[in-house]
Formats: sequence, structure tokens, C-alpha cells
Amino acid sequence: MSSQAELDNSELDRVIRSEYEAGFTTLVESDTLPPGLNEDVIRVISAKKEEPEWMLEWRLEAYRHWQTMQEPNWAHVQYPPVDLNAISYYSAPKSMEDRPKSLDEVDPELLETYKKLGIPLHEQEMLAGVAVDAVFDSVSVATTFKSKLAEAGVIFCSISEAVREHPELVRKYLGSVVPKGDNYFAGLNSAVFTDGSFVYIPKGVRCPMELSTYFRINEANTGQFERTLIVADEGSYVSYLEGCTAPQRDENQLHAAVVELVALPGAEIKYSTVQNWYPGDEDGKGGIYNFVTKRGVAHDHAKISWTQVETGSAITWKYPSVVLRGDHSVGEFYSVALTRHAQQADTGTKMIHLGKNTKSTIVSKGISAGKSSNAYRGLVRMGPRAENARNFTQCDSLLLGDRCGAHTFPYIESKHPSATIEHEATTSKVSDDQLFLCRQRGIDPEKAISMIVNGFCKEVFKELPMEFAVEAGKLLEVSLEGAVG
Amino acid sequence: MLEIRDLHASVAGQPILKGLNLTVKPGEVHAIMGPNGSGKSTLANVLAGRDNYEITGGEALFDGKSLGDLEPEERAQLGLFLAFQYPVEIPGVSNMEFLKAALESVRAAQGKEEWDSVTLLRKAREACKQVDLDAQFLKRGVNEGFSGGEKKRNEIMQMLLMEPKLALLDETDSGLDIDALQTVAKGVNSLRGPERGIVLVTHYQRLLDYIVPDFVHVLSGGKIIKSGGKELALELEQHGYGWLTSGDNGDNGKKDQTA
Ligand SMILES: Nc1ncnc2c1ncn2[C@@H]1O[C@H](COP(=O)(O)OP(=O)(O)O)[C@@H](O)[C@H]1O
Ligand SMILES: [Mg+2]
Repeated sequence: MSSQAELDNSELDRVIRSEYEAGFTTLVESDTLPPGLNEDVIRVISAKKEEPEWMLEWRLEAYRHWQTMQEPNWAHVQYPPVDLNAISYYSAPKSMEDRPKSLDEVDPELLETYKKLGIPLHEQEMLAGVAVDAVFDSVSVATTFKSKLAEAGVIFCSISEAVREHPELVRKYLGSVVPKGDNYFAGLNSAVFTDGSFVYIPKGVRCPMELSTYFRINEANTGQFERTLIVADEGSYVSYLEGCTAPQRDENQLHAAVVELVALPGAEIKYSTVQNWYPGDEDGKGGIYNFVTKRGVAHDHAKISWTQVETGSAITWKYPSVVLRGDHSVGEFYSVALTRHAQQADTGTKMIHLGKNTKSTIVSKGISAGKSSNAYRGLVRMGPRAENARNFTQCDSLLLGDRCGAHTFPYIESKHPSATIEHEATTSKVSDDQLFLCRQRGIDPEKAISMIVNGFCKEVFKELPMEFAVEAGKLLEVSLEGAVG
Repeated sequence: MLEIRDLHASVAGQPILKGLNLTVKPGEVHAIMGPNGSGKSTLANVLAGRDNYEITGGEALFDGKSLGDLEPEERAQLGLFLAFQYPVEIPGVSNMEFLKAALESVRAAQGKEEWDSVTLLRKAREACKQVDLDAQFLKRGVNEGFSGGEKKRNEIMQMLLMEPKLALLDETDSGLDIDALQTVAKGVNSLRGPERGIVLVTHYQRLLDYIVPDFVHVLSGGKIIKSGGKELALELEQHGYGWLTSGDNGDNGKKDQTA
């Protein structure tokens, strides 16, 4: 037996076979629509959210267009067809019907859920300097620090509230980055989206706190259709983080999100994701289908930076992108995607350079274990006006074992001769030698592998807001944790 | 502390060590010399427990415990340290982070007090100074982009901090210029003490000018064919390994084993 094979069959397998810590279910009475998708369902969702007429029209238009669309099949993932008529499109805890005005009115069971997930919603218990919007199935449960943010002119609320309270902003920007008919899943989302966050940072304001949204899927047989819109007005700055978990179930559940970022001239948006949806079990049973469209538009001198740590989901289909529309705009994508068991990830980014002197950086770290499949798919396009545009892409894969796969699909299109595009790619294994060096120094194999993997991801982790870099490291450790000893 | 009796071992199924005997007592420094491919690194790796290095006969006892029954990390926790012939790089894992994990584990296992971060950093800086390594190296990834000589000094730096009971140094001298060799030798000598055993594996005699061994053994064909005092190294230097491994003296040598 070769030493690598031996390593694959024992040590690594034990190390990557760990429990999913967020897999519990909250027992709350929910108001859940019967499964099925049609115009009436969309009317009910819109009515429940007390939306103005224009919003309903927008949804219906999206729905009618979506019915003409086909599910994409180009991604390097395989799954049985999702029966969209078998899932429910709206589910909310009954206690949320009266829209609690303050945390005191929120069902303690819901607050307990977030506390268990490490996200206490009482402001005094929270991480200082982080405001949270907590989304439970189809509704936002609470948004913290709203009044403190309002002092700075920052709007941070659920998208449902924004549709009611800030219709002028929502109408102007919703669908401006990801049009209703952009792609199959975005079209579906536009028709049935339920909740997500809305952020507006006024001109010249540096948002005084980190903003974050925590998505929790709880109810069975439901889909979650998150919609998030962030608008950073001229010269403003915001750092935003999203987290996600779901109960452990044998059925697959769909999370189809659309996130739109608008960075007006001179603005900067830093968007970080720590995605820990239930990944399914060792044999690939259960887990979330995470089909997500995330895109930002950067105007002159604006900067958009996506950082993602993806450890969950049965299937990840996600390409946070930046349209570098303005001259001197900057786009960044830093990604760690860990797949284990039978997880499949097809993730990457698109950097669309339209303006002059635009600059993008892509750093992607894929870690594959078990019999999982991990693909990086990235597009760099230099438009005809993109004089002196520059891109640097670094794409590294780390394999744990030899039953998993890593794939890289870089697409490069350059329509301007002065554009420079650099691409570096590596694939490596956690070597026996590295593991042996650690063990010879007294470090147990589990800790050693976690250390080596964390080291591999260091360039990405350093892009996360400090409070979350530690969390991300721990999450990776938990995901790699096994029953050694 | 180290008692090797009639040790047979194979690498990836291929027999390499064929009846090796060696005893190291506390306070002693042993040098193991031999031509390339004679099995020196194999011996070091078998003792440290590398995957695929399998004991097929005889035994190796460390403080009375059979090494073959222990995981590599357990051997390390008992105080066995191997300075590698080819230290591997671990990108992104800082030397300091690595040392912290190693020392926490080993010191806890040995019932020694835990070093807080301030103490650890101070000790690590001292150890760097001893081997003439800039303290900046503590922040860099383990061996990441280090030159050959820096890697070797990094190994000795780790050894100084880990204070092993038994240190195995595999060709620590190779790739070092004369200044670096002296620095490294000084580091190793500073570890010499009545409680500690040191086994130097080397191809060349020159390291032994600076770390003077109590015993010299010649390894050939998977066995120790001759043992003696420090003067044996000089004789080897003059006559070459052929003096022992071929011709008349070969057979005598093989019979002349001292354990
Ligand atoms: N991984 C391995 N697989 C097969 N044979 C090996 C392996 N490592 C070493 N050997 C063989 O074992 C013998 C001893 O090697 P080694 O212990 O490295 O010698 P030395 O350190 O004395 O130069 C050599 O013949 C070498 O080819
Ligand atoms: Mg060797």
C-alpha cells in the first residue's frame, strides 16, 4: 500500500468526518404556504409583505419571463431535477405575523435559536461594532442597532421593510445590477423573493459598524429566496458580512439568492460571506442547494471586494462578480471553498472590465476532501474601452485524499490590446511529509491537517473583518474535525 | 535510553535494515556514518515512526517503551526529536504558530509548565539568536522559501526549544558552509548534558570536528559494521568507506560489532 493511499483511507477520512453543529431544528409554529408555484402564490407573498402595487407587478413580470427560461446545465455539478412545485415559497413563524416592534416582543424561541448559533440579538450581548439582521425562513426576525446607524444616516433593514419604507431607493436600484431575467435562478428569485437585507450608505459616510445578515433555514420542504441590495453612495464605505446555516435533514432544500451591490463613484463595499449551509451526509443525502447570483457594479474610482468562505451546501453554484463600469474602479474576489463528503461546488467569479485603468484581483483556494468535487470557474473580460485594465488571478487547489476532484475553468476575453491578464494555478496535496513533520513535533494529525489547511487559506482569511477571520478559521477546523483518538 | 536490538526494517516493503544493534545512554553523543544509501535516514525515520517505514524484526526501545507500538506524535511527546535531512515547507503556517502547537503538545505531555505567549516569543527569539537566524523567520511560513542552510538552522532552532531527551540529527551538516556549520554545532553542543542523548547521522567527518562524539559507528548494508571512539571518524576520513566495506577488513568489521 502506498503511503498516500494509506493516509487517504485512514487519517484523512477520520479527520473530515465530523458533525454539523448547526443542524438542530427550532420548534415554532409556522405559517407556511402549501407547496407549489403560480401567480397566486406570488400575490400571497406580496400581500403578506404588504407590498405596494409596483412591487407585485415587478414580481409578476419576472415570473412570466422566468416561465420561458431553462435551468442551466453548464456547471460541473450533478443533481436530480428540482421539483419546484414540491416546495413551499413562504414560511414564517406565526409569532412574526404582528411584526414585533422590539426584541421584547420577539418569540424567545427564535432569539434562543440565534443565541445557539452564536449570534445573540440583544445589543448588549453582541460583538461590539456589528449590527445584525436576522432572517428566519422567509422573514427578518430583528435588525439590531438600527437607531445608532440612523444617526449616521445609514439605512439597514430587511428588504421587505425597505420596499415599504424606502420605495424610491428600492425602485431605483432593485434589478439594476441583476436584471429580472438575468438567469434562471435569478428570475425565480425575482418572482418569489421573501427576505434579505437592504443597506443604504449616504454620500461620504463611513458606516460606523460592520453590518451583517444571518440567514437561517428552519422549516422543512421550503425554499429560501434571499434578496439583498446594498447601495453605497458617492465616497462612502461599508463592510457587510453574511452567514448562513440550516438544520440537518435528509431532503435537499433550495436557497436561491440574489445579491446586488451598487458602489457609486468613489465608494467602497466589502462583502464577506461565511457560508455554512448543511452540506448533506457522507453519502450525499440531504443538504442545501445553494444557487446564488451575486453581482456588484463599481462606478468611477469605486471598489467592490467579495470575500467568501464556503464550507456548506450539497451544491454550490455561485459566482460573485464585479462589473467594473467606472474608470479606475477596482474589483476583488477572495474565496475559500471547502468540499467534503459528496459535496459539489462550482464557484468562482466574473470580472467585467468596462472602464479605463480598472483593476481586478482573484484569489481562489479550493480544498477538496472525501469524494467531493470542487470547481473554480472564473471569467475575466476586458471590454473595448478598458484601456490599461489589469487582472491578476491566482487559483490554488488542495486535495485531501485521492477520491476527490479539483477543476479549474478560467475564461479570458480581451478586447483591448493594452489589457494585462495574469493567471497562476497550482494543485497540491497535503503531503505525507508535511503531516509527518507536524507529528514528529508532537502535533496530532487532526490539528496538523487543520493547521496546514488554514495556512493554505491564509491569504483569503486576512481579507475577512477581524471578528470573523477567527470564526472562519474555527469553522474550517470544525468542518475538518473528526473522531481521532 | 535508546536500546536497539537486532532491528530489521523495510521501506515500502523493501528490506533496508538487517540486524542493527545500538545502545545510547543518557549524556552520550553517537555518530552514525556510512556511505550514501546505507540506511542512515531509514534508521532515523524508523525511530521517528514515518509511514511506510516498518519494523519487521527485532526491537527499538526508548526509555523502555517499544517504539513500534507508538504513533509518531507519541514518540515526540516522550522526547524524541528528529532534525530532518530535507525539512519540508508548510506554506502559510507561521513558524511561531507551528512552534506553539508543538510545544503546547509536548510540554503538556511531559508535565512541564505551559509557556504563555510572551515567554514563548522570548524563548523563540533566543533560540533564533543561538543559530544565527533572524527573528523575522518566526513570522514566516515553516521553511517557506528558506534557503537550504536556513532550513537546517530552523530545525536546530526548534530542537533547542523542544529540549528533547533524544535528538536524532539527519545530515544536519549537509548544505552548510563552514560558518553555518560552526553555528549549528554550537547550538547542538549547548544541548549536550547528562540527561540527553544525541545521535548524529552524517556522511562526512567534518561535523565531528565541532561536535565531538563519544562513539562512532559505521553503517553499511543495513548493519553497523564497525564501532569505535571519535578517532574512527578520522580513520574513515583518511581511508574512505571502501576501507571497511570492501576487501579484507570488511569481514572483520562485520564481526566487530559493539552494541
Ligand atoms: N521511500 C523509499 N522507497 C523505496 N526505497 C527507499 C525509500 N527511501 C529509501 N529507500 C532506499 O533505502 C536505502 C537506504 O536509504 P537511506 O536510508 O536514505 O540512506 P542514507 O540516508 O544512508 O543515504 C536506499 O537504497 C534507498 O534507495
Ligand atoms: Mg540520508
